[in-house]
Amino acid sequence: MDREIQFNLNGNETTVVIKDHWTLLHLLREELGLLGTKEGCGSGECGACTVMVDDLAVNACLYLAVEVDSKKVVTIEGLASADGELHPVQKAFVENGGIQCGFCSPGMIMSATALLKENATPEEDDIKHAIAGNICRCTGYVQIIDSIRKAARAEEGDTVRVVAWQDD
Amino acid sequence: MKPFTYLTPHTLDEAVSLYESHEGRAAYIAGGTDVLIKIKEEKIEPDYLISLAHIPVSEGVRFNEDTRALHISAFTTHRTLELSPLIRRDYPILHDAVKNIGSVQIRNTATIGGNLANAVPSADGAIPLITMDAVAHIYGTKGERTVDLIHFFLGPGQTVLEKGEILTEIVVPPAPARTGSAYIKFGRRKAMELPLLGVGMLLSLDADMTTCVKVRIGLGVAAPTPIRAYNAERFLKGREVTDATLAEAGQIAADEARVRDSIRGVAWYRRELVGVLVKRMGALCRKRITDEKSIS
Repeated sequence: MDREIQFNLNGNETTVVIKDHWTLLHLLREELGLLGTKEGCGSGECGACTVMVDDLAVNACLYLAVEVDSKKVVTIEGLASADGELHPVQKAFVENGGIQCGFCSPGMIMSATALLKENATPEEDDIKHAIAGNICRCTGYVQIIDSIRKAARAEEGDTVRVVAWQDD
Repeated sequence: MKPFTYLTPHTLDEAVSLYESHEGRAAYIAGGTDVLIKIKEEKIEPDYLISLAHIPVSEGVRFNEDTRALHISAFTTHRTLELSPLIRRDYPILHDAVKNIGSVQIRNTATIGGNLANAVPSADGAIPLITMDAVAHIYGTKGERTVDLIHFFLGPGQTVLEKGEILTEIVVPPAPARTGSAYIKFGRRKAMELPLLGVGMLLSLDADMTTCVKVRIGLGVAAPTPIRAYNAERFLKGREVTDATLAEAGQIAADEARVRDSIRGVAWYRRELVGVLVKRMGALCRKRITDEKSIS
């Protein structure tokens, strides 16, 4: 069945006509052309498709598009500011070698961003707990954890930008 | 994914009557993390998905001060349970279990009711709840009924839910004073892992802090459904809780477990694990009772 839904996508009010059986991942990639969110396993095992719905990290491959009606969705494309300046978590990944092949990076960064919204000063165990559902097959976990820890520290001294981003 | 029509009833009655009018062609969906995988894998092919996510029931957890019972809406996500200070403080066995179900992403959408209704032998959500003598509240065309959760599971993927019935709430009765509880999921990966074995234990001590006045031992993946180790419970009740009696209780539990070989592990290893983990969970329950006493 076709139906119209309205939701906030990366800060923009968006109205689209969808089919009931579309996943959020299908809507983002195939219909809206937002290719930053990746499809890995399609069954919630790998976390490559992680996005935030109402500030919570979810697997877009197991989330029906119809269920984002009236909600707020943030994808990897929505993190950088309008002038192209990267979000502190993205910067930290770039600066600390948190990216190798890059396929898991959008999902990792979304999981990390959701964690930092909830807990601004995570311990290493909190970070591992938060990204346990994200697989990096380059196995660069040490640098990824390091990046998230450093992003947390950057955000502490840089709350203005983060607050501005949270309120958009 | 095969196309379906998504229906969003706003009351339980509406949901049940939609199920009836599409009998045989409809499935309920809550968080969707199990249902959508089944549809993707073509294990089920419903023409209609009836969402339970839009029914304004009391979502979340509620402690009834009069009955001292914990009420958990079946539509509560695992993440809500994981982050609940009430659960963390007073129901540590449930906190132990839900924090390692799926991943953050899965826990943000998957519901405890879905975990129970799906009835896989490895359901981590079920073991702590049967260990705490939880009661399932079920709604259907004939109205509401309740079933002790230990009798809710009939086999892999099979429950006492009849066609169209909805699991609405899980109620956990109060435990005696000086009660400790704990759960361990034994597996290889931290996330998205089904356990090789799950062991839940609840232990209540007498005022002497050594005699066992109540004990429950719940086992996951030790039989086709979640089970309790009744022989081990009978052995321990009334006895002094020591490392030796806990070890013996573990041995008895291992003997009564109906473990089998599977892709994740072999039977003899699972049986060994039952013995070791029951002993370990008993010790953790005892420690939690002592710690709480030292705080208060």
